Amino acid sequence: MADVAIERSSAAPPQTARKRSSLRTALKRKSTAAFLMTLPLILLISLLVIYPAFYSLHLATLNKSMQRFVGFGNFQFLFKRETFWLVVEQSCIFAITAVVFKALIGFIVANFVHNIPAKGQRKWRGMLLVPWVIPPAMSTLAWLWLFDPSYSAFNYLLAGVGVDRIPWTGETGWARFSVILVNIWFGAPFFMIMYLASLKSVPDQLYEAAAIDGANWWQRTWYVTLPMMRNIIAITTLFSLIVTFANFDIVRILTSGGPLDHTHIFATWAFRIGIEGSDIPLGASVSLFMFPILAIAAIFILRDINKRGNEA
Amino acid sequence: MTSTVVIDKAAPTRKVKYGSMSRDRTWALRWSYFFLTLFAIFSLVPPLYMVITSLKTSAEISAATNPWFVFHPTLSNYIELLTSNQFLTFFRNSALVSIFVVTITMLISVPAAFALARMRFWGSTILATGVFLTYLIPETLLFLPLFKMFVVFGELTGIQLINKWYVLLIVYPTLTVPFCTWIMIGYFASIPKELDEAAIIDGASWFQTLTRIFIPVALPGLIAATIFAFTVSWAQFLYPLVFTTSTDQLVLPVGIITTLIKGDVFAWGQIMTGALLGAAPPLIIYAFLMDYYIAGLTAGATKG
Repeated sequence: MADVAIERSSAAPPQTARKRSSLRTALKRKSTAAFLMTLPLILLISLLVIYPAFYSLHLATLNKSMQRFVGFGNFQFLFKRETFWLVVEQSCIFAITAVVFKALIGFIVANFVHNIPAKGQRKWRGMLLVPWVIPPAMSTLAWLWLFDPSYSAFNYLLAGVGVDRIPWTGETGWARFSVILVNIWFGAPFFMIMYLASLKSVPDQLYEAAAIDGANWWQRTWYVTLPMMRNIIAITTLFSLIVTFANFDIVRILTSGGPLDHTHIFATWAFRIGIEGSDIPLGASVSLFMFPILAIAAIFILRDINKRGNEA
Repeated sequence: MTSTVVIDKAAPTRKVKYGSMSRDRTWALRWSYFFLTLFAIFSLVPPLYMVITSLKTSAEISAATNPWFVFHPTLSNYIELLTSNQFLTFFRNSALVSIFVVTITMLISVPAAFALARMRFWGSTILATGVFLTYLIPETLLFLPLFKMFVVFGELTGIQLINKWYVLLIVYPTLTVPFCTWIMIGYFASIPKELDEAAIIDGASWFQTLTRIFIPVALPGLIAATIFAFTVSWAQFLYPLVFTTSTDQLVLPVGIITTLIKGDVFAWGQIMTGALLGAAPPLIIYAFLMDYYIAGLTAGATKG
């Protein structure tokens, strides 16, 4: 309604000046202006995101030299390779473990920060968010050095308490542990800050009411905090699942997939095959396996966002 | 329900309860500080270890002494890196790419967000959802088709994009624009409608409404989006690794890793110094603009 009224009032003066410049009138029209303002965005998304996404579907059906159509040949080849199943296994272990721990640590730390007086919170928040601010490629180098086989600073500390040296990135189990640990270190602050924001939005009256009813700490968390935070928890977790599943930097720098391809995840293996092995079609087929996870998560996130919109 | 009943019975012992509650609170506070200290140590160990190592000579690094302490601090790593041409080239490339990407991102996303937030037009809701979905598509899904696209583009037009730093100006906005548009839509939507209605009635064009009213009012959001675009383009690792190879075209993260690690030889002192200098710009910005950074993080929903 209001829009219509505005249209009229703004369209009235140009009526007389139309002859002078019809281009100007066209620019003043709402839909034209809106279209021009969004045009660069539309171009960017369609040329550099949507087109490549479909192009990668096409690439996945070509042979290595990209001259012959092989249909599902690449996928059949992948299913027969042992490494592929290792990658599937590791991607799932990596993403699920890392996200669960990030969410858990984020929740706990957010509660601790929320507990302390508001005056000191800024300082703690600042320190705890540092891992998230440093470019992961840079901080992973520091971890690589901390895990170094011969001069490992962690093993030095462990030796101090009489524990044997640990082959942090050299042995399958420990290498998997290491990449997950670094991912948790990097991603937990994000959960912390998101949860802290949503904790602050829980009305104090609810806690007061719960306290009067005599609810203990556990009951307050379970019956008040968690239900109030449900949406944020769901959205943050799904987001993080996508990003963790598609992670590249940490695994690439820390282990580059080793030992014996046991820590490869989809992105790093696709890079190994597609760029280093220059078999772009096979690499594209590998990275396409990230798509279903993405789609499922996206559906849930969109549903949640709509729900949130309706509640507001 | 059960809990309420139990507490009603315990109601007469109210005074005791009060005392125990405040004592509980003191203990909860102590535990909070204790665990926060532990988590802060966990968060800060890698950056601190970067600082420690960067102050050591390579002789001290390979000595069997306590790695957590600097016995003979030296700035030689810093001097060596800051006077080497390579490192300065990487730093310059990173800075150029980030500044251009931030500018391009803002020029595209601010008008688009304004149109999507205020001017309902055909397909605007679909486009807004599309922006959001684009933001969910990770770069690890797109690097191979984009690489092939640029190769084909080079063959067809003779314009080489691969192995030129400015190719990053084309690909980074796919990461920054959707996010910045998304959070700017949120900020713009929170501006009262009366404000721009009044401006339109006074005869302002849409463009004037954007520059005179929306941008000044949503300035905090704009700063948050700028910081984000900067940190994302500064930290990006996969795209420069794929699209650039010559030493003079590399950006900082890739440059440090490819030039300072030679085969199995790791110049740890220099690597840590380089990593620290590479981490410095986002950290400095964050130190001054933390509140904007956090506001931006929680405004949309950021990758994590």
